[in-house]
Amino acid sequence: MKAIELKKITKKFGNTYANNKIDFSVQQGEIHCLLGENGAGKSTLVKIIFGLYQKDSGEIKINDQIVKLKGPADAIARKVGMIHQHFMLVDSLTITENIIAGAEPSSKGFINYREAERKVRDLSEQYNLQVKVDSLVGEISVGEQQRVEILKALYRNAEILILDEPTAVLTPQETKELFNVLEQLKKSGKTIIFITHKLKETMQVADRVSVLRDGKKVGTVETSQTNPAELARMMVGREVLLKVNRTQNNPGEKVLEISNLNYKNKKSGLSLEDINFSIQAGEILGIAGVEGNGQLELEEVIAGLRSFQQGNIELNSKIINNFSVKERRKNGLAHIPSDRLKRGLIQNFNLANNLVLGSEWDSPYAYYSILNYNEINKFKDEIVKEFDLRYTKNNSIAGELSGGNQQKLIIGRELSRETNFILAAQPTRGVDVGAIEYIHKLLIEMRNNGKAILLISAELDELRSLSDHLLVIYEGKIVARGSTDKFTEEELGLLMAGHYQQGGENV
Amino acid sequence: MSKYKNILNSILAIIFALFVGAVLIKISGHSVKEAYYYLFYGAFGTSYNFAQTLLMTTPLIFTGLAVAIGFQSGLFNIGGEGQLYWGAFVTAIIAIKFTLLPGYLLIFIALLGGALAGGLWAAFPGYLKAKTGAHEVITTIMFNYIGILATTFLLKRYFKADGPVDQTVMLTKKARLPELITNTRLTWAIIIGIIVVFLVDQLLKRTAIGFDLKVVGENIFAAEYAGIKTGKYTILAMIISGAVAGLAGGTIVLGVLHRFITNFSPGYGFTGIAVAVLGRNKPWGVLLAAFLFGALEAGGMAMQLFADIPSDLMEIVQGLVILFVAAPAIFEIIFPVIKKNRGVESNV
Amino acid sequence: MSEIIEVIFSINTFTAAIRMATPIAMAAIGGVFSERSGIINIGLEGMILTGAFAAVVGSFFTGSPWLGLLAAILAGSLLGLLFAFFTIKFKADHVVAGVGLNILALGITTWLMQVVWGQKGASPEVNGLPEITLPILNKIPILGDLLAFHSPIVYIMFVTVFLSWLLLFKTSLGLRIRMTGEHPEAADTLGINVYFMQYFSVTLSGALAGMGGAYLSLGQLSWFSSNMSAGRGYMALAANIFGQWNPIGAFAASFLFSFSDAVQMRLQGINLNLASELIQMIPYLLTVIVLAGAVVKSKPPAALGEHYEVGK
Repeated sequence: MKAIELKKITKKFGNTYANNKIDFSVQQGEIHCLLGENGAGKSTLVKIIFGLYQKDSGEIKINDQIVKLKGPADAIARKVGMIHQHFMLVDSLTITENIIAGAEPSSKGFINYREAERKVRDLSEQYNLQVKVDSLVGEISVGEQQRVEILKALYRNAEILILDEPTAVLTPQETKELFNVLEQLKKSGKTIIFITHKLKETMQVADRVSVLRDGKKVGTVETSQTNPAELARMMVGREVLLKVNRTQNNPGEKVLEISNLNYKNKKSGLSLEDINFSIQAGEILGIAGVEGNGQLELEEVIAGLRSFQQGNIELNSKIINNFSVKERRKNGLAHIPSDRLKRGLIQNFNLANNLVLGSEWDSPYAYYSILNYNEINKFKDEIVKEFDLRYTKNNSIAGELSGGNQQKLIIGRELSRETNFILAAQPTRGVDVGAIEYIHKLLIEMRNNGKAILLISAELDELRSLSDHLLVIYEGKIVARGSTDKFTEEELGLLMAGHYQQGGENV
Repeated sequence: MSKYKNILNSILAIIFALFVGAVLIKISGHSVKEAYYYLFYGAFGTSYNFAQTLLMTTPLIFTGLAVAIGFQSGLFNIGGEGQLYWGAFVTAIIAIKFTLLPGYLLIFIALLGGALAGGLWAAFPGYLKAKTGAHEVITTIMFNYIGILATTFLLKRYFKADGPVDQTVMLTKKARLPELITNTRLTWAIIIGIIVVFLVDQLLKRTAIGFDLKVVGENIFAAEYAGIKTGKYTILAMIISGAVAGLAGGTIVLGVLHRFITNFSPGYGFTGIAVAVLGRNKPWGVLLAAFLFGALEAGGMAMQLFADIPSDLMEIVQGLVILFVAAPAIFEIIFPVIKKNRGVESNV
Repeated sequence: MSEIIEVIFSINTFTAAIRMATPIAMAAIGGVFSERSGIINIGLEGMILTGAFAAVVGSFFTGSPWLGLLAAILAGSLLGLLFAFFTIKFKADHVVAGVGLNILALGITTWLMQVVWGQKGASPEVNGLPEITLPILNKIPILGDLLAFHSPIVYIMFVTVFLSWLLLFKTSLGLRIRMTGEHPEAADTLGINVYFMQYFSVTLSGALAGMGGAYLSLGQLSWFSSNMSAGRGYMALAANIFGQWNPIGAFAASFLFSFSDAVQMRLQGINLNLASELIQMIPYLLTVIVLAGAVVKSKPPAALGEHYEVGK
């Protein structure tokens, strides 16, 4: 029996097809991977299945019945559950409240909390998904939050589970645990649709794979009949260079040195403790770690966006502890921020204004505060050409660009200034494969030209292929360091999950 | 494209608001035709009436611009009224106390003092916003009450002229703004207003200060990232905004009242919000919107006088204009319907 | 000096503070509902004013202040619904639309007052709501003096504080409203009707603010005067923030503001060598100080002020 069957599903946003006549079916009881690059249309497709988006045309069948889904409530009623890429959880509510909302056990409108907690506890035992029912969601780990998400679906008796990029935030070990849970769910008869852009995971977990590219379906194959190279070709449409060409480097002078840095985030309670490292010219230092272990704090402390309590940051032989953001930038800092939409650009500004951001007081773009738009536009044309920025209209605003082009805009702006230290945080997050390749090449080029680069990334493959040295960060502490080739992926995973020897540093 | 859409939306908002106004006039048993005839006549019917419209326009240019500057920096300055009172009060005191100065210099310094006073009064809520995050909407409203009470207190205690009314003495002739057209009360104030519009437009478009103000308004996180001191610019935006509102008070004192009187403003500071919203927070847009509202005010008075329709109707129109302009989606929702009903014509 | 302290801590001052807190607290609780569902409600001021006006109109035409109260609730709800329509359906900026609504309400009430009664400034006197003496409680000293001799709306206010707290924190509906304000998309994915929660909450806030207005015109007085809300809606919004978006906190904050106002009014009664303008500033200054101190620690609903689109 087919749990889900889609025929010729089409969905347009503006003038672009997110989904273009997609046929897609999932057998009951299988784990089916939906594979594709960022922007291939995977999320849109499953949001249509879950009733979050309305299809423009096409037909949806659930358990062989044609259905019309006006909202998630209709999908939930047909026992479809979804675990979203960005968790749909409210930090200020408890785990139980997050799970039961919308289907609360209650009498006369009043919630029966005891009954609710009992139900949640039973479910968590039945599927081996450990959670503390009365904790606030804002205070639990990412792994636990994901378990809450799965429980939300199970609480609503979901038989078909959709997981949208569930591994993006997990360590390799947590991923393994998730896969065990999925196997168990499959055994109890559930159908699972698993969205990912990672080939390795697909091969590990799926019975069948459907590949999307540019809003169209490329094909469906049995996992046992295919291999990663073939999947990659289907996904990208051409041969992909999965390896970056990184030659031996010649490190030069010390550019950045951080010693005994201590910082406490008063809001989240997370601390950076005794951070020590240095980067030389012509070196890429990677920071590995599960998201939320202090990477953002480290990034923003170095960039001057947060003030820290103790220690020294030395950039180009100057202590910059009390330097403002502006002074740091003058002293050689280029910053590619991890959250490009929040920090990196102004969505309503056009390209020229976004490119001059941060240099708007400097010659030749301004003369005593009076802006010189001739120079600014000339600069824009240069960057557009040099970094191959693609945009549709002549006066496009940054919000209209694709993720890859937004990132190129930021990188172009930062690298065009006279700097020798690049703070690159999540430089390839949410951009397509073509842009990833381009950005990787660019970073290597910068390194070979003698810049010092601090690479903070959640992508282990990226870190391993670009970095000369790696640091592993866990709960705000550096728990291991060494040259990249000394770590296996397995070891890195364990270190990121906090399995390290107390007392001494590993490797 | 979107620029024309904005202008279209603004025009539609006015038409809608006047239409609702017409319905209200009808319900209250008056003739819509007569009412709107006098509205138009009062605004543009004679050269005196037109001068009256420009006279009403003048303070709204300043207060509208003040709100617009705030909006451009992401701040909603509802405190125009309090800033206007401080501007008026300090302008009046300077004009009364420094009569030894030559005329033009006296006017200049008096207005400058008024602008400074308005700016300083606005700096407080700006400071609170920057340091504690206290929402400027509520603090500026409270500062309106406090500012009006404070100027009344100072007037009564130190500067009150003899007589039953709480007001200062009259200004000497040389401290008054010269008339622009003789035998109207229209003065050079409106020219000052247009100059200020030009200056603010240039500030926002062509200077790094204006650039940074807009960055803070658009995305405060990106502003921090780019090394802009966001707190400083929040306060600066409020100071500039308050200074312009202060000029509204100053020019009324030097141009129209020729003294400071308590409770003289019929709510210019609040009408400025409608003006700014209608003008899309663009300086030249504000000028146009102020002119429109000036016409409504002048016309509304004629309407009350000749057609016996309360001029508060114009307040209703203002409120509706704000609502309609704030909700552009309203026209997107309505217009497909209109298109459908028209059928073939929609291709034109 | 002792005279001042006597004035401040007299039972009369406290009783007056309870009375004066009533319209602010009603509107503030309205603000709590609205903001918990994610809609910033600056329009409370206009809703109070409209309620006050409708109450007098209702009482004038029917002769019954109770029907006047009903008219206030209806008018407030309607205005709330209108506001919800603009902010939710038409995606208007909440703050701008709220200010527009306030100007509109001021215009309409002043205009209608002239259309209905031909008078500018104030309406003719109508039947106000009678004071009700609570049995048993009135026998208890002090507490009885404070609580037992009030307009029915004061009692309604106390009940509203308690019921609103129950509704928000103990019922399914309350959980759904809170989730909507924190994370509308999460609510949506759980099959919760986000729009219903917002329309319901904003309409309810209008009804509550309207009732607060009715207290001004039929409880404290028995006529309507132009702009008689006099900034209480804004104070209510500040009370809602200071009260941490909780009905009980909102009442406490409203009481604090009103207490300072009551002190201010009573201080004007005794002959201090202090200008009345300075004394009148006290409640406004207090609002600013409290707001500046409170927001440092407070956490508004996470999706406050945003627009959420169901089913793209």
